[in-house]
Parts: sequence; structure tokens; C-alpha cells
Amino acid sequence: MSRGFWTKTVFIFGVSLAAAFSLVPFLLFVSSAFKTQTQVTSIPPQWWPDFSLKFFRSALKNYGIMHYLVNSIIVAGTTTLVTISFGAFGGYALARLKKRWAHLILMGILACAMFPQIAIAGPIWRFLQMMGWLNTYQGLVLPYVALTLPLAIWILTLFFHEIPRELESASLVDGCTRFGAFIRVVLPLSTPGLFTASILCFIYAWNEFFLALLIMTDPARQTMPVGIALFQGEHTVPWGEIAAASFLTTAPLVLMVLVFQRRIVTGLSAGAVKG
Amino acid sequence: MASLEIKNISKRFGKVVALSQVDFHVEDGEFCVLLGPSGCGKSTLLEIIAGLTHQDEGTVFIDDRSVTNLSPRERDVAMVFQNYALYPHMTVAQNLGFGLRMRGMPSEMIGKKIMETARLLGITELLDRRPKELSGGQRQRVAMGRALARRPNIFLLDEPLSNLDARLRVSVRLELKKLHERIQTTILYVTHDQVEAMTLGDKVVVMREGKVHQIDPPQIIYNKPADTFVATFIGSPMINLFKGIMTEQEGRFILKAEDFHLEYVHGDLHVGNGELEIGIRPEDITVSHEPAKGLRATVEMVTDVGAEKYIHTKLGSTSLTAKAAKEESFQIGETISLGINPSHLHFFHDGRRI
Amino acid sequence: MNPKDQRLYLAFLSPVIFLLLCFIVAPIASSLFISLHRIIIGLPQLGNPFVGLENYRELLRDSVARHSFWITVIFVAATTFFELLIGLFMALLINHRFPGRGLLRACVLIPWAIPTVVSAQMWRFLFNDAYGMINYAVFGAETARYIPWLAIPGTALSAIIVADIWKTSSFAALLILAGLQVIPEELYQAAKVDGARLWRRFRHITWPLIRPALLISLLFRTIDAFRVFDLAFVMTQGGPADATNVLQLYGYKKMFVEGWMGYGTAISVCIFIIVLILSIIYVRSVGRRLLEVSV
Repeated sequence: MSRGFWTKTVFIFGVSLAAAFSLVPFLLFVSSAFKTQTQVTSIPPQWWPDFSLKFFRSALKNYGIMHYLVNSIIVAGTTTLVTISFGAFGGYALARLKKRWAHLILMGILACAMFPQIAIAGPIWRFLQMMGWLNTYQGLVLPYVALTLPLAIWILTLFFHEIPRELESASLVDGCTRFGAFIRVVLPLSTPGLFTASILCFIYAWNEFFLALLIMTDPARQTMPVGIALFQGEHTVPWGEIAAASFLTTAPLVLMVLVFQRRIVTGLSAGAVKG
Repeated sequence: MASLEIKNISKRFGKVVALSQVDFHVEDGEFCVLLGPSGCGKSTLLEIIAGLTHQDEGTVFIDDRSVTNLSPRERDVAMVFQNYALYPHMTVAQNLGFGLRMRGMPSEMIGKKIMETARLLGITELLDRRPKELSGGQRQRVAMGRALARRPNIFLLDEPLSNLDARLRVSVRLELKKLHERIQTTILYVTHDQVEAMTLGDKVVVMREGKVHQIDPPQIIYNKPADTFVATFIGSPMINLFKGIMTEQEGRFILKAEDFHLEYVHGDLHVGNGELEIGIRPEDITVSHEPAKGLRATVEMVTDVGAEKYIHTKLGSTSLTAKAAKEESFQIGETISLGINPSHLHFFHDGRRI
Repeated sequence: MNPKDQRLYLAFLSPVIFLLLCFIVAPIASSLFISLHRIIIGLPQLGNPFVGLENYRELLRDSVARHSFWITVIFVAATTFFELLIGLFMALLINHRFPGRGLLRACVLIPWAIPTVVSAQMWRFLFNDAYGMINYAVFGAETARYIPWLAIPGTALSAIIVADIWKTSSFAALLILAGLQVIPEELYQAAKVDGARLWRRFRHITWPLIRPALLISLLFRTIDAFRVFDLAFVMTQGGPADATNVLQLYGYKKMFVEGWMGYGTAISVCIFIIVLILSIIYVRSVGRRLLEVSV
């Protein structure tokens, strides 16, 4: 056997291992959503589901999954819009300000992302209670924007750095104001960065649990993660419905990952080491 | 059309002095070339004129009005950048019309102007393409078109030909000259290429390390360089420079160089006793095979460029390069004689012309 | 720089700064303040007296707190170690160009993309004592021997660790991948020409050059791991017998379940200080390089 053959075999084995590691547990769980009740809890386990939609119907009817979904969409969507808007302006400013200041401010912003949620949750809760914003969309969106801004700005600043200053100079000479140059030249050219930051921001807001748990106590306003975590059955754990809810929650994310995997990887690793 | 006055401009970046008391004037409709090696501050000066950078001292006047407090938008200058800076997300037509849109021109007018400019530069078939689909030469034209379309007061060009290949450079240079004759805009053209300076400019400003060395029409720059830097920078092959002292002997002036001497009959030269640097251009040295006449030198190398030949000779310890016709031939090691006409000599004391 | 431009940039930056000040900096300052008081929600008649560092002193005496701290440290150590290892492995795989590479990337990203609570429920399901796949994998159909993983203190913590490793290895993989992609292909080619085989190439080229990326991943993951909450909340609620009562969960219980605002906040401040120290190390070693390179 040639050395090349062994290397290839080991490589394929490695790849299969990595893929299996990532996918198998997930598929095992989510496939339960399509099984019947007995299949879910059977030993030996039923690998292949019957593709029954019973659990989905039950989840929607008995557990009101739909409104959790709607809430998640509203919260995550709004957060993304606001964060990217603020972040685009802020990131551009940081890419163009004098190095020393920009560096300091950026470090400060990065530091904000490192703090444990619990340290800010209490006072935020009290503030929202004071404003009457508990159990409202803005009560969750505003802290979320603060939590996602550091990541968005980190990515966007790096993308804005890539845009040659000469282009802005040309537009200034052509008659733009500095603001106009940003809107007409820089922003259109940074759509990949904006897009990547949006995806990451949306995923974060969609998945967030701690603050959602605290701020939204009214089931009518809760988001999916809270709904899934607090799933209570009458006698037993309703695994089928939980799996169905999980499927609905993760389907858009999996889709996003499949379609945008290159962008996501670029965005996340852009911050790590730039070379 | 407008005149441009640069008065006493200085600029530093931290410890580095980019420009030092730069001072010159460009007439309305004139084609002025800023010539100098890389790093001499010419691009910085363009940025200051356009309003992209602020000078530390001095004033820029456009049409006798100080523009110091005006934004680039208000100065009504157009600039062609070295790397063209075309807007990648816009078509060629949109690139050309951008400046006009910014100034609020109605769209039918913009459309007409775009077609006009495109026709002038021969890029009408490219109007719907994006910059990344264009070749270097095409991009250069679009960059020029973008500036032209606005019919600005002043045209600033930052080494616009340097990214083109040699042949394209020559043809675009010609077109530029014709263009200028047609539309007579005031042009300030920055380059490090002395051939461009000589062929394009009505006036040349020679700069080095932020300082102006000479301001004159090209012929005067060539024939009467103000100092040794200008003399060596202009002219290819480079001017021959050697040291010498002018002495007087019985009413005659003898120029004594290290390995030879010449009689200098143009006695109206006050040279004092200091050491001089003397320059003579290769085309002003005649070469002949007869060793009897003139100075005897040995041929070290012959460079044949096709149209003519450069003969590199050694006279004692001095190296001199001369030009010869393409039909002549010389052997390495051959002893030949050089003829120098003293009226073609350039004298420099302390670097400056006298 | 033009002062007009500078004003514009600062204006662009101000909404961001304002929001962050309001929702992150101010709450932290407030937490620090609250932690110095005795506040019990539900007993307002006691007032909110200032007690200085009393909460912190009590924390040091609190055995549950100390236990919680050590649990968290074990969690951080175990997860970080394995995640970096598995992440390195995955990154090395993804770094090669092969057909289906995008698909592998997508697969590897899925654990990262799904909500932590979903993965927590998932592992709760897999570790189930009656019909969980883990038990089936170990014991086959002999249901009598099945272990209630989440109900035994020793195995419960391991279960959470496994869950986190599954979820976050891919993130570590991405960070390390970034470091791998910076290594120029020519170095490997030169090494191949010089006769170096796979292991040698790894040891002499790859390993030294990805150390910065590994360091970044290490610090990043460590900081993140200290903040673990979702997994413990959903899978075990901190039990059994506080075996998985990680710091943030303990703080949450004290603050929002038992109403000990002051005391719970002191716990959160402690976590904050630990994370702050780690952040400073991180930002100092990474941040400067980041900005040097990109500007």
C-alpha cells in the first residue's frame, strides 16, 4: 500500500469522524420530532423515523409553539436591524479615527462583550421594571443590541479598514460630503461585511437564553429558547414536542449555516487572526 | 478655467518633512508638470490642493481666491488618482456621471455629458461595464473621463500613466497632449518620469524631498539646469559630471580637471578659485576614431539601443559617456578621442549653477 | 485630521457608546454598588442597608459558593482542554482543500449555530436513564444496567462537560482555522521538498505558527466557559446535590429565586472580576496585534 493511500484513508476517516461527531447527536434528537410516541422512547432505538407530524401538531396546538417562534423572529430581527445600523456607523468611525483613540475605544468595546450576563442582568431588570418595559419587545431588544454590538463592530471595523481610502478621496473631490462618501461609496462596498455581521448577530439574538428568561416572564412574549427550556409535560417529559420545537427553532439556523457557511467562517475568523 | 497659486506651502507628518516652502504659479490653461523622484512630496501637494489634506503653513489660491477653508467639494477641482480609484460598485457610465450627480445636474444633462465624454475618450462601448471587467488602459481612460466630465477649473493628475505598460504610455501621452490643446484646462500633472515632463509640460516644476529646485519651461530645464540634481535627473543617458578648477594663465582660462584640461574661451565667467562641478551631456561629446584630435579615452563599454549608441569611456579615472550614431562601431579597449565643445559645458558651484 | 471630519466620526460613534454605557457599563457599576448592600426582595421592611464587604466575607465562608467555584473551574479546565484538542483536529481537516469541504464546514458549524438550550435538551434526551442513546451505546438492550447519568453527582458534571464540548468545539475550530489559514502554503511546499513528512511538518511548521491562534482560542474559551449557565439550568438545574451548580447558576438562584439581591450580586461581581482579569490578559495580548495588523 502506498503512503498516499494510507494518508487518504486516514483523512477520509478523520472527516467522517468530525462530521459524525457534529451531526449524529443532533440528528438523533431532531429525528424524534418525526416519530411516533412509542418510537421515541423505544429500546432498542428506532433509527429511522416514520415521518409522522403528530408531534408538530401537538406542539403547535397544546404548547403554542407558534407564538414563541413569532416572538423570536421579532426580537432577533429587530435586534439585528438596530445593531447593524448602529454598528455600521460606529465601525466606520473606528476605522477612520486616529489610531490611538480607535484602538482604545475598540478595546473598551471588546471588553464589554466579555462580562458575564449575570453581572448586568440584575440592574437591567430593575431598570426595565422601572420603565415598565418588562415583558415588552423593546425590553429585550435593547439589552440584546448592547450584547451584540461588540461582535458586530469588531467585524465591521475590520471590513471597513479594507476599503481603500482613495475611493473616499475620489468621491470627496467629485463633490460628496464626508457623510455622503460613507453612504454612497463605503456602505455599498461593505455589503459582505454587513451581511456577515447580520447573520452572526441574528444567530446570537435568536439563541440567547439568560436575559430572555429573566425579562420575559409572560408566556405570551417568551422567545423560543425559553419555551424549549421550560417545556413541561403533565406526567412525563414531552420529548416529541420538545424535539419538534427544537426542529422548528434550528431549521432556519441550519439553513443559514448551509448557505452562508463561508461567510460565517470568514466573519468569525476575521476577528481572530488577521494576517 | 482658473489659475493656481501655491504660496509657501509646508507640511510635515510627524518628524518627516513632506513639503518645505513650496511656491509656484500655474497660469490659466497652462499644463504644468510637477517632476521629482518618489517621495519628494508631489502627491501630498496634490492632496493639499484638492483639499484632502491640510497644509501646516502657506496658502493655495485658485483664481486669486484663497481656498483654505473650502472643502474638496467646494474647490471645483478634479483629480485622477494613481490607482484610478474607480467606484467598483458602479458602471462606467455611473462613474463618469458621479460628480455631476453630486452637483445636482438634471439627469438628461448628465446623460448627454456622459456620452460626450465617452466619445472624447473613445470608451462608449464600455459604458455598461464594471471597473473590474476593464483593462488597465481602459480604467485609466474612465478615470480621466470621470474628471473630465465635470469640466472643472483645475485638473489634478497623480502619475496617471505609471500603471500602464510602455507602449500604451506613449500613445496615451500623445492623446493627453492633444486633449489639452483641445480643451485648454489648467492642468497640474505629477510624475517621476522626465520624458513625460519634457513632452507634456508648458512648464516644469522640479522637486526633491519637499523642496522646489527649478521652475521653467522644459527646454530651459534641459539646457540650463539650475543645479546638479536637476541636471542629473533630466536627460537620458545621465549628464556627465566631473570636478575641476578654473585657472587663469596669461589671460586665458584653462579648466583643469583631474585627468585632463580644456581651454575655455568664453571669458565672461566669474568663477573665483573654488572647486567646480562641470557637466556635459552625452550628446554634446563627439567621438572619433582618430586619436590625434581631442582627449584620449578608452572605450569601456558600448550600449546599443538600436536608434543610437552610448559609448562609455574612461579618461584616466574619470568616466564619460558619449552618444554616437548607430552606424558607427567601437571596440572595447579601443582608444578613441573625445571632443568637448566648451560652450556646452554646465558649471556648478556648491551644487548650484553659475 | 480635519476637525469637521472628527466631529462626524464621533457623532457616528456616539449611539454605540451611549448604548453600551447604558446597558453594560452602568449596570456593572450598579452591580458593584448593590453588592455592597443587603437587599432581600420580598422583605422590604428590612430596608437596604449598606454593609460594605460583608456580602463578600460571607461568600468566602459559604461552602456552597466555594463548591460552586471549584465546579466551575473543573468545567472550564475540562471543556477548554478538549475543545481545543478537537477544535485543532477539525481545523486541520477543514484547512485542506477537498471536495465536500463546504459541507464539512457546515456540519461542523451546526452545533455552534443551534441554541444552547436546544443542545441541552438534546443531551438530556441522550443521557436519559430509560431510553437514552448513550445508555444504549454502552449497555445495549440491557435496560436494567442503565445509568441515570444526570442523577449521579459524579457523572452529572461530566455530562454537562460533554454537552459543552460537543457544542463549542466548532467555535474553537474556527478560531484555530483562522490561524492556520495565515500560514503560507510555500512553507509546507519547501518542507516537502526538504523531505519532511506529515508529522514533522506539523511539529515544525504548523505547531509553532498557530500558537498565537491557540492562545486566542484558549483565552476566549476560558472566559466564555466561566459564564456557563444554559446547560446547567436545562440539564440538571444545578443538581444533583449541587454537583453542577456552576457559579452563574448559583448567582441566579440566589438573586432571582431566593431574592437575595445583594448577596447574589456579590457572586456576580466575583464572576465579573475573574472574567475581567482574564479579559485584560486577552485584550492585551490579542487586541494590540489585531489592530496593528489591520490598520
